[in-house]
Amino acid sequence: MGLFKISQGRSLWMVHFCTGCGAVEMPPTMTSRFDMERFGIAPMATPRQADVLLITGYLTVKTLKRVIMVYEQMPTPRYVIGFGSCTVNGGIYWDSYNVIKNLDLYIPVDLYIFGCMPRPESILDAFLKLRKMIEEGKANKWKDYIERYDWYKQNQAKLFDVNKWRVQK
Amino acid sequence: MKILLLLGYWILVIIMGLLYMGIARKVTARIQNRYGPPFYQAFLDVLKLFSKRETASHGVMHSLGPVIAFAGISTTLLFLPLGKGAPILHFQGDLFVFLYLIVIGPLGMALGAGESNNPNATIGIARALSLMLGYEIILFMATLPVFVHFKTASIYEVILKQGAFPNWAGIKFPLSMLGGLIALQGLLGEKPFDQPIAPHEIASGPMVEYGGKYLGLLQLWHAVGIIVETGLFIDVFFGPQNILWFFLGTFIAFMLAVVINAVMPRFRIEQAIRFYWGVPLLLVVLGILQYYLWR
Repeated sequence: MGLFKISQGRSLWMVHFCTGCGAVEMPPTMTSRFDMERFGIAPMATPRQADVLLITGYLTVKTLKRVIMVYEQMPTPRYVIGFGSCTVNGGIYWDSYNVIKNLDLYIPVDLYIFGCMPRPESILDAFLKLRKMIEEGKANKWKDYIERYDWYKQNQAKLFDVNKWRVQK
Repeated sequence: MKILLLLGYWILVIIMGLLYMGIARKVTARIQNRYGPPFYQAFLDVLKLFSKRETASHGVMHSLGPVIAFAGISTTLLFLPLGKGAPILHFQGDLFVFLYLIVIGPLGMALGAGESNNPNATIGIARALSLMLGYEIILFMATLPVFVHFKTASIYEVILKQGAFPNWAGIKFPLSMLGGLIALQGLLGEKPFDQPIAPHEIASGPMVEYGGKYLGLLQLWHAVGIIVETGLFIDVFFGPQNILWFFLGTFIAFMLAVVINAVMPRFRIEQAIRFYWGVPLLLVVLGILQYYLWR
């Protein structure tokens, strides 16, 4: 349905789950100067009402568990945007023991914004690209999560394997 | 034929309600020095919500809650005259039916949200039902002198008996009208009386577990609710002559609430109820006294 696709693209509600330092760019994007609401993008306080999950920066293993819980509560179709280099390759935490390096392995990401940190202009640009993708029917990563669920769960299980980190006596 | 007429009536009110919601977002944005979403944003939101698929279920009552709320407000709508010549149900005493039915919406939501067991939802319902204790009394006491004055308990007859401009009940009973306006702010759930859905503290309150189609239905409930609640105020105090005048009146009343909403902080719940039992109660009591003194 064309009308449903257009309405999905033009009304993107995002969940407030600020995981890293990229979140500091969200207030200027929402408020008077770069008014995000003029594209129909609004913050929502609960994952049940959200369409977009923003991963704003680095993710520790502990936070990733919560992110997956939030992502799985969102009604489909749902989209994920990764902010900054941390979600691509770990960024400055590349060599850290508890920060994940590639978000793509654990939840499906529709769009990455490069830079550390991305400016409000690039955030708005990403949202407009996501809107275009939705209207053209290309933002289908949520289907990928359903089809390759085992693969994603396997990757997550490798990370959450607590026995690996336990000191052997 | 009558069913088609009622369906048209219902669709007209839904469209106008969604339009008001969109314009309200635009007006709020302009007050906050932003550009704001397009005026048709509320239509897009509802369309999108109806195209989504909810994955989890919280039981039968959770799904039925929004339906009960929407059915309650749709039934209330039947007793609301849109101006003088509009098709409606009316009989002697329909004001009381109206005031009873208008409560079904929050009660339906309370039943549905209670099923989800989310603490935020429970707090939201508790606040919504407590707040009702404040504004319902004011609303009823504000309309009382008007209905006693015109010796009828039918909203439609009050419109017919009021007639044109200088005979408006709002001009005869200015104190009651002012009290009714303050009650309207709470009825619409705009700041400073938006404790039930305080998004910054209890994550949308009763709606916290609702998403997708349920939330779409609740949005439609809110859209019809705006027209029904402002419509009662306009019908009782300003006796609309035709349907255009009715929608102009409801629009002005709603925009007044939105403008107040844009610049106000939020009361705590006990402050809100104490406020309602203070100045507005005095206003409506003086309104009733005014009727008996200047009869």
